Amino acid sequence: MPRLTQERAKAYWRRNIALVTKLLVVWFVVSYGCGILLVEELNAVQIGGYKLGFWFAQQGSIYVFVALIFYYAKRMAALDHEFGVDEE
Amino acid sequence: MDLQTLTYLVVGGSFALYIGIAFWTRAANTKDFYVAGGGIHPVLNGMATAADWMSAASFISMAGMIAFMGYGGSVFLMGWTGGFVLLALLVAPYLRKYGKYTVPEFIGDRYYSNAARAVAVVCLILCSVTYVIGQMKGVGVAFSRFLEVEYDTGLYIGMVIVFFYAVLGGMKSITYTQIAQYCVLIFAYTIPAIFISLQLTGNPVPQLGLGSALVNSDTWMLDRLDQVVTDLGFREYTTDVRLSSLNMVAFTLSLMIGTAGLPHVIVRFFTVPKVSDARYSAGWALVFIAILYTTAPAVAGMARLNLIETMAPEPGENLAIAERPQWFRNWEKTGLLGFEDKNGDGRIAYSASDADNELTTVDQDIMVLANPEIARLPNWVIALVAAGGLAAALSTAAGLLLAIASAISHDMLKGMIYPRISEKQELLASRIAMAAAIAGAGYLGLNPPGFAAGTVALAFGLAASSIFPALMMGIFSQRVTREGAIAGMVSGIGVTLFYVFQHMGIMFIPGTAFLGDTPANWFFGIEPNAFGVVGALVNFVVAFAVSRVTVAPPLAVRQLVDNIRAPDHAPPAHDVDLVIHDKS
Repeated sequence: MPRLTQERAKAYWRRNIALVTKLLVVWFVVSYGCGILLVEELNAVQIGGYKLGFWFAQQGSIYVFVALIFYYAKRMAALDHEFGVDEE
Repeated sequence: MDLQTLTYLVVGGSFALYIGIAFWTRAANTKDFYVAGGGIHPVLNGMATAADWMSAASFISMAGMIAFMGYGGSVFLMGWTGGFVLLALLVAPYLRKYGKYTVPEFIGDRYYSNAARAVAVVCLILCSVTYVIGQMKGVGVAFSRFLEVEYDTGLYIGMVIVFFYAVLGGMKSITYTQIAQYCVLIFAYTIPAIFISLQLTGNPVPQLGLGSALVNSDTWMLDRLDQVVTDLGFREYTTDVRLSSLNMVAFTLSLMIGTAGLPHVIVRFFTVPKVSDARYSAGWALVFIAILYTTAPAVAGMARLNLIETMAPEPGENLAIAERPQWFRNWEKTGLLGFEDKNGDGRIAYSASDADNELTTVDQDIMVLANPEIARLPNWVIALVAAGGLAAALSTAAGLLLAIASAISHDMLKGMIYPRISEKQELLASRIAMAAAIAGAGYLGLNPPGFAAGTVALAFGLAASSIFPALMMGIFSQRVTREGAIAGMVSGIGVTLFYVFQHMGIMFIPGTAFLGDTPANWFFGIEPNAFGVVGALVNFVVAFAVSRVTVAPPLAVRQLVDNIRAPDHAPPAHDVDLVIHDKS
């Protein structure tokens, strides 16, 4: 398979960086935002026996982390395919 | 069957399984030895990574720490899982594309310098050795409590087992044994949690049980917990901030960055067939880790509630010494649980105030280990917990020892001292290095240095401040130079060690802390264990500053970076003969 042209390689990398940045914003918001910095405000909301801020810190952020990685893997596979750099 | 016989059977059975697997999957060449032949399925690799990652600290200590820290313990939950997001998005796929054997090897190639590689080897050995001491201690403690053998004997048995599968089989055997160890440890962790959640809340899913109401009552379990801890004078469980929000942010970030920089975890992603597999594999690893990590807060909260209700059978009435339960007496013998009847009323008062408190010793580690006994679960569950704790400690120890051995045989011996070494000789050298690493770790386990308690946290600080920034800049910047990377790693790890030592003593020796371990002297109120993030920041700043005033990296290095950024098949532009190809 031919290597990407320099233009295409740059475009691929920009798309990758944009995706990573977006996902890291979510990563930051659920853990540092909801779990630590905004915890008091969120604790005013109660879901079942959980205060919401406490739930984010001890449960929710972990579920979101898992989802983020699979979303990233899926989107990157699509991007690899689009640019013809997948490994088949 | 009595508990002792049952424990021997379950633990012995699990050991026989590990050795059997090791025998069937032993390594034939260096590629098998370092990266398991590069053909591990991503889901299985995720499972092995989870076992590799979750150590005695995750299995035994973490729930206990959360039980006593409440909300503040969230730093461990978020820090030790969120790091996998960084690993998956910023490190693992690119290093898989690079396609060689070790982390220092990448640093040496990217920064076109054997000196950078040597600095990385030193950082790797520093953080892996501090980490492995904790695991060996965990093995010794688990053996001595559950099999009632001497601590030393327990440690020797553990060393022999690891020797068998790590030395013979290298990464290949380690991977398959870790998969078995994951199954043992996750079963051992969740079964007691399910039983306890059922007893307390009637909900069999611990993650939901923690947010449910107590059996035969409409009080939420967490509200009840908040109530009983505040009645005893402790801070409210669900809102107990650890020092300050800033400190919690710094602590969590340090653990996350450290996770993404631990060489024994990163190297696991060298074992999957493709770059896309490395991305998915990180996701699977986190799934398997999350099963334990989302159960842990439930175990923590429920164990704390159970403990308090044991100490005060009726509200306002303390436990009578004569009536204390059997598990209480068992753990007293180990010295991990102790009381002192200060006011001589024949009862044990549990309170936040030092003057009134008569439950003088409650080691955090007993919360997970004693949990099945506190909840009166059948003996086979208790035996299973022993096997699970050992699986967690052994699997992490093996991964760490392999990282140390390959840094010595591959990076130092073959990479720097004697490059003409044949494959057969290198394989022999790595086995000898592994055996030496096991002997060294065993020695440190038998004669734990005074600083052993602080070591796991220190290992994360070191990985966060040295290895992670060097890897990230190596992938995401083409401008960072050899001089920049070396100066960054040295100053990052230097600042972290300096801060830890000035507050906790040089090499943790009491009395040598020249600023004293007093929060007043802490930088912005950040505790020493949380300082890795500041070290990482220093690393980034120094590396970029030095790179600006030094000559840009050569073209070949820029081509190497271009190459690892796209997952397609083209071989790297540099020393092609060394590239071990992922296409099979």
